[in-house]
Amino acid sequence: MKQTINFTLNGELVEVEIEPHLTLLQLLRDKLELIGTKEGCGMGECGACTVLLDGKTVNSCIFPAMEVEGKKVVTIEGLMDAQGNLHPIQKAFVEQGAVQCGFCTPGMVLSAKALLDENPKPTEEEIRHGIAGNLCRCTGYIQIIEAIKAVSGQ
Amino acid sequence: MEEFINVGKRIPKMDAEEKVTGKAIYIHDLKIPGMLHGKILYSPHPHAKIKSIDTSKAEKLPGVKAVLTGYNIPPIKFGFYKDNTPLKANKVCSLRDEVAAVAATDLDIAEEALDLIKVEYEILPGVFDPEEAMKEGAPLIHEEHVGGKEKKPTNVLNLPWRLIAGDVEEARKNSAFVAEDRFKVTWVTHCCMGTSGCVAQFDLKNNLTVYSITQIPSLEQRDFTEALAAMGLKGKKARVIKTMIGGGFGSKLDTYAFEYIAILLAFKTRKPVKIVFSREEEFFATSPRQPAIIDIAQGCTKEGILTFRDIRMILDNGAYTSWGATTPSVMMMPISSLYKVPNVRYIAKCVYTNNTYSQAMRGYGNPQATFAIDSQMDILAEMAGIDPLDFRLRNANTPGEVTPQNFKIVSCGLRECIDAVAQKLDWRQSRGKRDGRGVGMASLIHVGGGARVYKSDGCGTIIKIDDFGTVNVFTGATDMGQGSDTVIAQIVAEELGVRVEDVVVTHTDTDICPWDVGAHASRTTFVAGNSARGAAKKVKEQLLEIAAKSISESPENLDIRDRTIYSKKDPEKKSPLGKVLRAAHYAAGGSMVMGEYFYDPNNENLDREFKGNLSVTYAYGTHGVEVEVDKETGQVKILRYVAAHDVGKAINPMLLEGQVYGGATQGIGYALTERLILQNGKVMNPNFLDYKMLTAKDVPNFETIVVETNDEFGPFGAKGIGEPGLVPTAPAIANAIYDAVGVRIKDLPITPEKVLGALKEKAK
Repeated sequence: MKQTINFTLNGELVEVEIEPHLTLLQLLRDKLELIGTKEGCGMGECGACTVLLDGKTVNSCIFPAMEVEGKKVVTIEGLMDAQGNLHPIQKAFVEQGAVQCGFCTPGMVLSAKALLDENPKPTEEEIRHGIAGNLCRCTGYIQIIEAIKAVSGQ
Repeated sequence: MEEFINVGKRIPKMDAEEKVTGKAIYIHDLKIPGMLHGKILYSPHPHAKIKSIDTSKAEKLPGVKAVLTGYNIPPIKFGFYKDNTPLKANKVCSLRDEVAAVAATDLDIAEEALDLIKVEYEILPGVFDPEEAMKEGAPLIHEEHVGGKEKKPTNVLNLPWRLIAGDVEEARKNSAFVAEDRFKVTWVTHCCMGTSGCVAQFDLKNNLTVYSITQIPSLEQRDFTEALAAMGLKGKKARVIKTMIGGGFGSKLDTYAFEYIAILLAFKTRKPVKIVFSREEEFFATSPRQPAIIDIAQGCTKEGILTFRDIRMILDNGAYTSWGATTPSVMMMPISSLYKVPNVRYIAKCVYTNNTYSQAMRGYGNPQATFAIDSQMDILAEMAGIDPLDFRLRNANTPGEVTPQNFKIVSCGLRECIDAVAQKLDWRQSRGKRDGRGVGMASLIHVGGGARVYKSDGCGTIIKIDDFGTVNVFTGATDMGQGSDTVIAQIVAEELGVRVEDVVVTHTDTDICPWDVGAHASRTTFVAGNSARGAAKKVKEQLLEIAAKSISESPENLDIRDRTIYSKKDPEKKSPLGKVLRAAHYAAGGSMVMGEYFYDPNNENLDREFKGNLSVTYAYGTHGVEVEVDKETGQVKILRYVAAHDVGKAINPMLLEGQVYGGATQGIGYALTERLILQNGKVMNPNFLDYKMLTAKDVPNFETIVVETNDEFGPFGAKGIGEPGLVPTAPAIANAIYDAVGVRIKDLPITPEKVLGALKEKAK
């Protein structure tokens, strides 16, 4: 039995009919074709599927889609401004070499955003803690940490 | 020193914007109208006879379009030994053996269909230890496989890896000190963040297109063309189109059952079929790094000069033979040529077991061999009473050397690397305290100028320039995230006097791009770079020829800088590149500027004795670490990490650092935390909770030292850097642990339990 949910997605109101068992990741990728959110493990362990829910990170692969009713969801597609400029975090990731294969990148960028929104001047330890739930196999994290430092003016 | 505009600069990766915005299309994101989803049924037993398979219920499930088993597919064989089939008939030999496959309209239906397939097995005894598997009377994995002089059935592969140089026995007699040890290394896996997958599709004429994430597009095309022939489609074409690749690290250097299954399902259903692995499948059904048992002896003189190196090795091949069975050929490189060692013997056996079969992984055997060699260098140094730093310096390789394997060393910055690491770590002061803190170092040699593993080590490049000066580069190379497209663009832009943003690199399609042997052996910057540079030079010649007329200057007096062709004699005589191109194009009998170049390095296949100059040049490096060992818990903490690499020339220092950071991080995992745990062939930890990859909280702040030796054969002096970053990590850490607390751990990973156990043993 399908049910209707309403929520704000990347600043726009969305009304969508879904099967109640869907995960938020399935809703985003399969129903709404927002493929920027990645599935790395499907078990909430790698962080590739990270999105923001009312400003906090969630692993969308294990998050029930029904629970976003009335809430604000931000995915990687919602980060650029209306003119198509990269968000400062995205820009820093590009400039600091924080991207290799890129599969972890959308989730990593959103974890960085949640961190910096709450704590605009994080210490290196806080940065490392803030992205510890996002696994990356290519970069060794160093240039990601440098990118986040750069955005916070450090 | 020549002043470069594009080379040597920290230029962001060309695909980074696509990736940070989520617009990049990976295999998981690809949808084709009418596309079906494929799922694979694996064997629940590591060794068993298939008595019967009943697929009738699965076939009747609404939405199921095809069910295949080993009994109704054409005779496709694949793998280095051609001992593997897409779906198994008669017998299964490991828990990743594919028994049946389904294509359905959605993934849920495909999964439900798998549950409806009934397979009856007769369980056979299995063998999971290569030493057990070598014994008389051990269960045979492949009954038809024979070996030895008597051609008897055996689990030992017919790949007699044997390298002999000088006289090891004589050298042993004449050595003042001899160390003998057994080291063990186990399975670790690539953990690409994007799981494996492909989409296969046939056109109306039965030509095949596979959307793939391969590191070897040209070889994959050849494998698939052979598969088409086996399917009765001889003469039909195979085209490989790469999507964005979510990590490689060697995992995509072979073709795999799932790809052939997708092809067979697509042929059967006449629809595109997509197969994408779950994370669990990625852990148990892809091929990890080879485990090995390494018996090693090395000797030296009183003065600390190496006399010999003698190694016997047993590798667990698993149930099937991929290219991974050739890793001993790469292990020969550090064994014969890491430090100067005049007498060398190396004998290795690969043995079939009922475990998962291994494959290529970054370093391709080198990390395993280097762990044993450079751990034992410290053991031997201690026996000889020499500081390990001095011991390494005394035996360090030098330019112009010819090693026992006949490698011709061109540029070699090993001494500089060792010195730089020692200086950074304040070696003389930090070492030898045994107070819970300690320092250690280890070095590496790796191919840095291609590697002639196949008959050709080449790469082709095609360049065309349009009316506006946009340079399209079609390369055989594969960018899997390491940034080869960007490096190639920098090289072409430098040669042509344009900017990186004028260059568009295409590497994704075998119908468009020239041949290349693949993204392996850290060869892309060197081989694809030289190829791109060669094509750019040919294009530049054409441009100067054309411009000579309008500028009225002879071509040899012209050059291009910042999109402008100018006279070197009179810089006022100049013309914008686009104008020259348009004039040439629109003139009567006009011309387009295009060029191609195939670069095949002047290196050698190994001969029957496994000797020969495998690479045009070699990369060197040294890693040094300072650790703190908690004597109560056995926990090892890395306090400092210094990585010095002789890279020839850094084309893009930012991407290069990324390779070193990423490599060393994988190396620390190999040394301390990562292990694919197999029990009776079953992967017990197929998830990121139980398989311990490093997180952002675990990595040290690496200090990178780039030693530029400007190799005479490299593009702008560059050598390879893809793999070296993880090669010396494990022995450097093991040596530091020894320096800190006096225990020597000889099997990886060095877990707190092992350290604690060794400390307790030592205290007895």
